[in-house]
Amino acid sequence: MASDGEKRGFFGRLKAGLSRSSSRLTQGISGIFTGRKLDQAMLDELEELLIAADLGPATAATVAKEFGRTRFGKDIGETEVREALAEEIAKILAPVAVPLSIDPARKPHVVLVVGVNGTGKTTTIGKLAKQLRDEGRMVMLCAGDTFRAAAIEQLKIWGERTGAAVIAREPGSSAAGLVYDAMVEAKAKGADVLVIDTAGRLHNKADLMAELDKVIRVIRKLDPEAPHSTLLTLDATTGQNAHAQVEIFQKTAPITGLIVTKLDGTARGGVLVALADRFKMPVNAIGVGEGVDDLRPFDPKDFARGLMGLED
Amino acid sequence: MFENLTTRLGAVFDKLTRRGALSEGDVDTALREVRVALLEADVALPVVKDFLASVRDKAVGQDVLKSVTPGQMVIKVVHDHLVEMLGGASVPINLAANPPVPIFMVGLQGSGKTTTTAKLGLWLSQRQKKKVLMASLDVRRPAAQEQLAVLGVQASVATLSIVPGEPPVAIAKRAIQTGLLEAYDVVLLDSAGRLHIDDAMMAEAEAVHAAVQPIETLLVADAMTGQDAVNVAQSFHARLRLTGIVLTRVDGDARGGAALSMRSVTGCPIKLIGSGEKLDALEVFHPDRIAGRILGMGDVVSLVEKASETIEEEDAKRLAAKIEKGQFDLDDMAKQFRQMRKMGGLEGLLGMLPGVAKVKKQLAQANVDENMLKRHEAIISSMTKGERKRPEIIKASRRQRIASGSGTSVQEVNRLLKQFFETQKMMKRVTKLGQKGLMRAGLPGMGGGGRPPGFPMR
Ligand SMILES: Nc1nc2c(ncn2[C@@H]2O[C@H](COP(=O)(O)OP(=O)(O)O)[C@@H](O)[C@H]2O)c(=O)[nH]1
Ligand SMILES: [Mg+2]
Repeated sequence: MASDGEKRGFFGRLKAGLSRSSSRLTQGISGIFTGRKLDQAMLDELEELLIAADLGPATAATVAKEFGRTRFGKDIGETEVREALAEEIAKILAPVAVPLSIDPARKPHVVLVVGVNGTGKTTTIGKLAKQLRDEGRMVMLCAGDTFRAAAIEQLKIWGERTGAAVIAREPGSSAAGLVYDAMVEAKAKGADVLVIDTAGRLHNKADLMAELDKVIRVIRKLDPEAPHSTLLTLDATTGQNAHAQVEIFQKTAPITGLIVTKLDGTARGGVLVALADRFKMPVNAIGVGEGVDDLRPFDPKDFARGLMGLED
Repeated sequence: MFENLTTRLGAVFDKLTRRGALSEGDVDTALREVRVALLEADVALPVVKDFLASVRDKAVGQDVLKSVTPGQMVIKVVHDHLVEMLGGASVPINLAANPPVPIFMVGLQGSGKTTTTAKLGLWLSQRQKKKVLMASLDVRRPAAQEQLAVLGVQASVATLSIVPGEPPVAIAKRAIQTGLLEAYDVVLLDSAGRLHIDDAMMAEAEAVHAAVQPIETLLVADAMTGQDAVNVAQSFHARLRLTGIVLTRVDGDARGGAALSMRSVTGCPIKLIGSGEKLDALEVFHPDRIAGRILGMGDVVSLVEKASETIEEEDAKRLAAKIEKGQFDLDDMAKQFRQMRKMGGLEGLLGMLPGVAKVKKQLAQANVDENMLKRHEAIISSMTKGERKRPEIIKASRRQRIASGSGTSVQEVNRLLKQFFETQKMMKRVTKLGQKGLMRAGLPGMGGGGRPPGFPMR
């Protein structure tokens, strides 16, 4: 878990939120529904629901306990409990729901995409290219994953699908060298956005993180303010290791936002609740499929309802 | 960010006095900490519940070994049970069928199927001398088939030619056909990543399964998977009758609780683990390693276990007394060597502890291995009683005799004696630091550096 100071931030806000809304809630609900009283058994169930959604045992326990503190013994139905808690979690997530913003003054606005292998970097870039193209921007993609077999090919296909030019080199060539070329070319062509793909890497591999650092230094050589956006892809299926991923990636890369992928599955991505608080990291978008249109804005309310097992 | 279980339980048991057997209260208190550790390691909640219930039955009333604390005892019981649930001995890939033996690789998107397929191809062709054909049924992800083709070249394993537009079942059938015609032993079928709730895609996998009747259907799953692991494994198992699991990205720093989740809900063995990006980074699954990791404490448990078996407290006390009096002799040194060998040698001993990779490397360079320990024991046993008690009398002619008696060389005898005198000197120095200092100063005879922390020698 986060340090005490960090914890206080989140749970402090949660507490404030709860007490603000609790009177309204109890007045509103207890009159209408003849539910049972909020007891320990219900709170335990709630806590288990949160754990099963990957919030992590510590966060789940604190959230459930705090929820119980303000409402214990009140008449409340089971669904209402979930609804109310979803609402509170949505409030906590609201500040991190920030869409990716492209600065039109930059030519190009450089977006660097990083993350662990298979988390969805290349696919996300494809989807993102589609959105940016639909907005009428000139988009260039840089096939910076020169390591994984056929990764360049994969990005080229996304380039074709979306009408974005792809800058690539031979497999196995230096990513930093390629990125340099891509920066120069994107500038020369007056591209609005340059999206740079990178090889997947485990955050605990120092050599691979050093390689990423090198790529960033090369980018800065050509534009000291770039990358203007650095996105970290997180697979929603990932459990508590997401903490380490964010923590360590942001030490090397100036992460400006998260993309949570694969939320079309049954994994709920609950670790995000703790992450949102601990790192105050914006969630720029979510991935809900493999198709070109499957990148969506992060909606805290929908996400929180999903966590609580509530369908819309 | 995660506290390890040993620390946690340490705090819990500090409050408890030592007693003969674990009481219900002790166990319940400890298991609350174990529950949190398992959940932090991403073991799925229903699996955690089952696990705690069964381990509770085992732990209550257990005698606490003389040489360990109640906390360590609980860890040992928990750990043993965890190893058992993870599946004991490793189960090899089944190839007992008429060639070509079809092996079907399935899993979620991005779990590492293609890389694992190539690794397995390399493994089977190199280690088991099989003629392997690989085919990608992934017509969905851009350039997925090309990816396998490239890996095939890297691994020198044949891949089925790519026919654009050919659907997965047809590719699978053509792969088996080719396997038959061209006398391949094994046909590895890589498939598109799919969500377990994607009915159309799961139906497609079922159709492939029906068409080729794979001998092995392996679920490839990421070691970082969270609570969803149970849903995924259950669904894949229900529709495709899995025969095994491959856990990937074990070289990451995830605690890997998904291994237990998936093993528990499917009953399928974890057959292999992926431990790196290189194609030879595929390993046999060792339940005890993952168990220690899930519990967040290296393999301290097996250390406690082995140590409690092999080191007799009395022996250790006697030795300590001798050292204090400056009476440490070659007999004692030989005893130390034997002790170390019983504990799996230095490598084994160090391998059990987290964060000793560096020490291990240094030792490897210093050539400290089991054979060396054995030779040193042989040298000492070729000495007379008097020589062992008073090594300073061992001059040139005696050294010659000892060398030929033990089948070693004079140089080796010299080296051993030098090491002994150094050790003796070091011990005298250390004795001044008192008991504790001695324990930290290192195993006698090894020139310092490496008594593991928590080594139960009192
Ligand atoms: N279901 C689903 N699959 C996704 C999503 N994003 C990516 N994928 C799949 O995950 C796998 C890995 O994606 P890829 O972009 O190659 O990951 P990279 O290694 O990080 O570049 C591919 O099979 C993608 O089609 C998503 O939001 N939902
Ligand atoms: Mg990629």
